Amino acid sequence: MIRCKSGSLAGRKRLQRALIFILCIVVPLGAQDWIRTGTGLGVEKVRLAAPDFKASTQDPKNADLLKAFNETLWNDLENAGIFEMVSKSFYPLGPVGAPADVKFETWSTPPPNAAMLAFGNLGVSGNGMTVQGWLYDVKNVASPQVLGKQYQDAATNDAARLTAHKFADEIIFRLGGGIQGIAETKIYFVSSRSGYKEIWGMDYDGANQHQITRLGSISLSPRVSPDGSRIAFSSLNKGAWEILMYSLDLNRLVSFPRFGGTNISPSWSPDGTKLALSSSRSGDPELYIADSSGTNLKRITSFKGPDVSPVFNRKTGTQIAWVSGRTGLPEIYTAEADGTNVQQVTDQGYAVSPTWSPNGQFLVFSWMRHYGPGAPGAQDIYIMDIASKQWVQLTHDGGRNDFPCWSPDGRHIIFQSSRSGSEQIWTMLADGTGQKQLTSAGKNTQPNWSWK
Amino acid sequence: MNFVLNLRHRGVRIHTPEDRRLTLDDQSESCTTREGTQFSGREKVKQQKLKWVTLVFALGAIMMLGACKKKPAPPPPPPPPPPAAPTASLTANPNTIDKGQSTTLTWETTNASDTSIDTLGAVQPSGSQSVTPAQSTTYTLTAKGPGGSQTATARVTVNAPPPPPPTPSATEEELFSQNVKDISFDYDKSDIRPDQQSSLQADIQFFTQHPTVSFTIEGHCDERGSTEYNLALGDSRANAVRNALVQGGITADHVKTISYGKEKPFCSESNEACWQQNRRGHFVYGK
Repeated sequence: MIRCKSGSLAGRKRLQRALIFILCIVVPLGAQDWIRTGTGLGVEKVRLAAPDFKASTQDPKNADLLKAFNETLWNDLENAGIFEMVSKSFYPLGPVGAPADVKFETWSTPPPNAAMLAFGNLGVSGNGMTVQGWLYDVKNVASPQVLGKQYQDAATNDAARLTAHKFADEIIFRLGGGIQGIAETKIYFVSSRSGYKEIWGMDYDGANQHQITRLGSISLSPRVSPDGSRIAFSSLNKGAWEILMYSLDLNRLVSFPRFGGTNISPSWSPDGTKLALSSSRSGDPELYIADSSGTNLKRITSFKGPDVSPVFNRKTGTQIAWVSGRTGLPEIYTAEADGTNVQQVTDQGYAVSPTWSPNGQFLVFSWMRHYGPGAPGAQDIYIMDIASKQWVQLTHDGGRNDFPCWSPDGRHIIFQSSRSGSEQIWTMLADGTGQKQLTSAGKNTQPNWSWK
Repeated sequence: MNFVLNLRHRGVRIHTPEDRRLTLDDQSESCTTREGTQFSGREKVKQQKLKWVTLVFALGAIMMLGACKKKPAPPPPPPPPPPAAPTASLTANPNTIDKGQSTTLTWETTNASDTSIDTLGAVQPSGSQSVTPAQSTTYTLTAKGPGGSQTATARVTVNAPPPPPPTPSATEEELFSQNVKDISFDYDKSDIRPDQQSSLQADIQFFTQHPTVSFTIEGHCDERGSTEYNLALGDSRANAVRNALVQGGITADHVKTISYGKEKPFCSESNEACWQQNRRGHFVYGK
């Protein structure tokens, strides 16, 4: 909050909005199966207008780059979940490319009735592209500027998209309670579209999908390191499941020791120094914690039955949640990172694939709550407040929904769902609204969101 | 008049008088008489004169011969030529065969009265015969005759037969597939059900009788539930089967286990019959 220097919005109002956002998720409504918990409950979302940027030069490449920029910026702002985007059909006539073009009263009064206006211009000159963007509080005519930025990059579509992401993140940061936007974040996942299950990557909005590993085997459970430099995953390698480590800096596998047995579901501590994983090297799948190089492997569970999918609390790093079949069906447990203080979190149905919210207060996981003979039930995504064990169901729309993962800003959750007929990756706001499918080629599973 | 002057040791013959031609067949000398000397005496000459003339001619011819040969004395008659030495050749075609195949021996001799090939016995002076040696063999042809004896050899290389098909292993693999039974599991369980005991006992019996067979136990799960949990569950199932075998007295050293979770289902439909097929400990031979 302190970092927001704009005088145009009251700090009190932003604090209130952030608190309400979090409370909306927490609000315990466990008695009901289906409840909508909007991020804007109790508060009006900021009405934001974002007219298309205007060309600032005569270069023929302007049109393509402007199209990519404008689409990306609009989607980022809309996806953010904290704005009420003013429909473009309400906008006053005439392009707005610079502060001199802004006629405040035409934006601040109905029909647009916007509180904020994002505008600017883009111009290609030679091989370079220059973007100027502003954010104006149109109801504060005396001191309207909240943000003014200039970007220079290569004149390519990718650069135009990236610049739009950066500008969107600035706006979201200023108006969204000081939380960094996610427009520049990445998603890593498993895709079968090459014929083998390989690790793939893409931008947070589903653009730029690209293959990362080419192992020709079965690779699963990609988990990107907090600094974004490495991906730990498990792969069927030389007749056994082993943890492999891929360097995104070197674009190749880097060495990681083989442990023997079945080694799966690695995950990073928030400081990037440790990995938690499941290994059956002792004969039974148990949890281990190792240094991120694979050394100093230490076992932390010893109950018969599968122990799998450990995840560090990404706020504290001192707590883990995982899935254990020690009582029969898989349930979610938490413990200290040394294996002490085991707490059972779910006590019914079939609960798997936990991950923590960035603030360390909530778990999101996949739950077949009505499990039983003859009643297999639906597998849906749930959020649980770890202190109160109150939960909220986020998906209701059929199919098997699994492997949820929180975005670094805490406002989004990505997951896999079979509701469209095959396993695909979907994204939604953390209150369950705005569900959108991001992949469609082949089968795409186990999405993992980068930490920043 | 009719006489023959026989100069045998030089191979010279003088023929007269029917054709009145004297021929000197002497290959070692290039005398003018080589082309033959035409005699011009005719029948109309009186007999006495003819006789005289003939004598003169004959003497002249002899003198010419003598001058030409300059042989001081006629040589002694040569010894009779020695009997020709026998020759022999023997070939085998092809000369490299696989065991059980045959090759053709072909031989030829000359000046031999007695021809034999060892291992085959006496044979015609020349001919061919098909043979099927069991191992690499050197055939020797011996030709004996008045002029001596001659031998010829031919080597036939017999390649070792390809290694016999692993009949015992194939049988073992067949027995494996006939006798070893997969173990089925309940949903989300990795303990061995009572109704799987008969399969388990059959497996223990087989592995007791075939203590050297190596195999892998694969743990499989149905499509429900999470990928990660199913991999761990499949691992527990494979290990449960392995432990049951060990408790039954099987040495576990060469038993491998691997979990496939729900990655390699046997059946891909979404119903209980299919799911049950996928929930199993699956034995795979020889891995």
